[in-house]
Amino acid sequence: MDFGDALNKALREEMRRDPRVFCIGEDIVLGVPFGVTKGLCEEFGPERVLNAPISEAAIVGSAMGAAMTGLVPVVDMHFADFVTCAMDEVANQIAKSRYMFGGQIDCPITLRMPYGIGRSGGGHHSNSVEAWFVNIPGLKLCIPSTPADAYGLLTTAIRDPDPVLVFEHRGLYRVTGEVGDAETLVPLGSADVKRPGRDVTVIATARMVHESLAAARRLAEDGIEVEVVDPRSLVPLDRATLADSVRRTHRVVIAEEGPMRGSTGAWLAWVIMEECFDDLDAPIARVAGPNVPIPFSPPLEAFATPKAEDVEAAVRQVVK
Amino acid sequence: MTPAPDRLLAMYAGMLRVRLFEERVRELFAGGRIPGFLHTSVGQEAVAVGVCAALRPDDYVLSTHRGHGHLVAKGGSLRGLMAELYGKANGICHGKGGTMHIADASVGYLGANGVLAAGCVLAPGVGLSIKHRRSGQVVVAFFGDGAANRGPFHEGVNLAALWKLPVIFVCENNRWASTSAHALSTAGGSIAARAAGYGIPGESIDGNDVLAVWDAVTRAAARGRRGDGPSLVEAHTIRWVGHFEGDPQAYRSKEEVAAGRRTDPVARLERLLRDAKVLDDAHAQRVRDGIVAEIDDAVAHAEASPLPEPHEALTDLFASYPWRD
Repeated sequence: MDFGDALNKALREEMRRDPRVFCIGEDIVLGVPFGVTKGLCEEFGPERVLNAPISEAAIVGSAMGAAMTGLVPVVDMHFADFVTCAMDEVANQIAKSRYMFGGQIDCPITLRMPYGIGRSGGGHHSNSVEAWFVNIPGLKLCIPSTPADAYGLLTTAIRDPDPVLVFEHRGLYRVTGEVGDAETLVPLGSADVKRPGRDVTVIATARMVHESLAAARRLAEDGIEVEVVDPRSLVPLDRATLADSVRRTHRVVIAEEGPMRGSTGAWLAWVIMEECFDDLDAPIARVAGPNVPIPFSPPLEAFATPKAEDVEAAVRQVVK
Repeated sequence: MTPAPDRLLAMYAGMLRVRLFEERVRELFAGGRIPGFLHTSVGQEAVAVGVCAALRPDDYVLSTHRGHGHLVAKGGSLRGLMAELYGKANGICHGKGGTMHIADASVGYLGANGVLAAGCVLAPGVGLSIKHRRSGQVVVAFFGDGAANRGPFHEGVNLAALWKLPVIFVCENNRWASTSAHALSTAGGSIAARAAGYGIPGESIDGNDVLAVWDAVTRAAARGRRGDGPSLVEAHTIRWVGHFEGDPQAYRSKEEVAAGRRTDPVARLERLLRDAKVLDDAHAQRVRDGIVAEIDDAVAHAEASPLPEPHEALTDLFASYPWRD
């Protein structure tokens, strides 16, 4: 099953399980452009698969109004870049309502955030914006790398009583993998070791997990055994699994796709320093995008895309 | 249509409660008892009370930065509200919200809001859940004339109209968007007229006449409950006080406020009740004394209540929060 189908399965099962769950977003009846919501309208009807106008503030705001009064919305952000058009609704309203109102009001919203670089999407359709939201207290944030994690995390997000952003890298939708028939939920705050290794810990999310695994295979040929750890959710963060790996390998590379400056990787580097500074045998190395908007032309875009070679070079640097 | 005398008396008491509450809050703020940036609704009582008098107890309200009156009119606890304004631990929001970010879910008050027109996009979603439950409720989104120039107003009205949701958009046009005059901020002049572009009723009314407000919102609520969709009501009123407490109001003349005081909505209904022999001096005094006692009680409660423990700043963020970030 591919990553997109796994997300579709999670939506379908949750909508069957709970009549309060509904989907809202642009072009979701047809499931354009990534196919994740395809077929849902046929099963659940237009009252639960709300094809909204191109009106992001109203989509996200009305999802919040529905969530505050008893429904369980799943918003399709179409492209995560467009969340800027609903930034007040996410950052000021959804994130703060439970807190500012003293815990009186639940806000069980899931925001599906298709994001990421590739295929010359250009400056408004390619950005990795998860760091913006890690910096907003009141939001939970997960970022799957495999079909099984996509299924398990989205299911968990929908059942969570608080707002959860699910970052879906659009380059992963057609990646395939096993998804169990039984409900296999992935709790938030549970990292996963995607490849064990004794020499270096690479902490990576989403597409960079796959790039890091490719780098690890090449490095293994030279006798360097890389452990790839996928946090899977950034808020909450599974510090224990990250720290446990670093205490065994003593060397760390942090790989992400978004720009280097003020990023989630920068924050994770601080977490590692706080948890296990004395265990480190080398400075932490980071792989991230350059501090530019994502350019259009293929060679420019390729330059701005962190890849397996970058992870490989960073690993070689920390084992030197 | 005119409401029965007991309803009229309730509206009178309701407006007086908002007026006296707000005036007391201003005094307490001036005396340093209440922290923050305070926006009061003195002069605008007829909108809050006229709207809420037309609603059912289980209807919802989304409010604004100038929202105390809406909550008092919706039946919120004065004790809980006053303690919140004081920043006390037993305020409705445990001191996390304060004047501009209060909610009281027990009376369907889904939040004041520090961001203009924010409620206009939340309202269609409340309408969706009403529709889902087939409960026949409605939701009111209050906003100001300044907010009508923000995108969420247009996006919210469009969506509610498109999906025929039970929403009443109530614009409190008090002529001033902070310090900017209506004419200098709003193209086309009429906010009610904007409804036509979305194919819904838009009505411009005297917002200092509580009966006109009650009547317009009663009709809008009936339309919403029938499933015919949203309405827009533009209620013209005058804010007697500054945008915020301490605002020197250099942008407007003293005559404007004086004119506002001559259209005092509370005095206006009081005259009507006296002329109809529904209210006399003794009765009016009893009503006032009762409200003053309620406010005294709320103030005494807030004064006697404890401040939150500082570490309580870390609670209420999530339903449960067992991890370390």
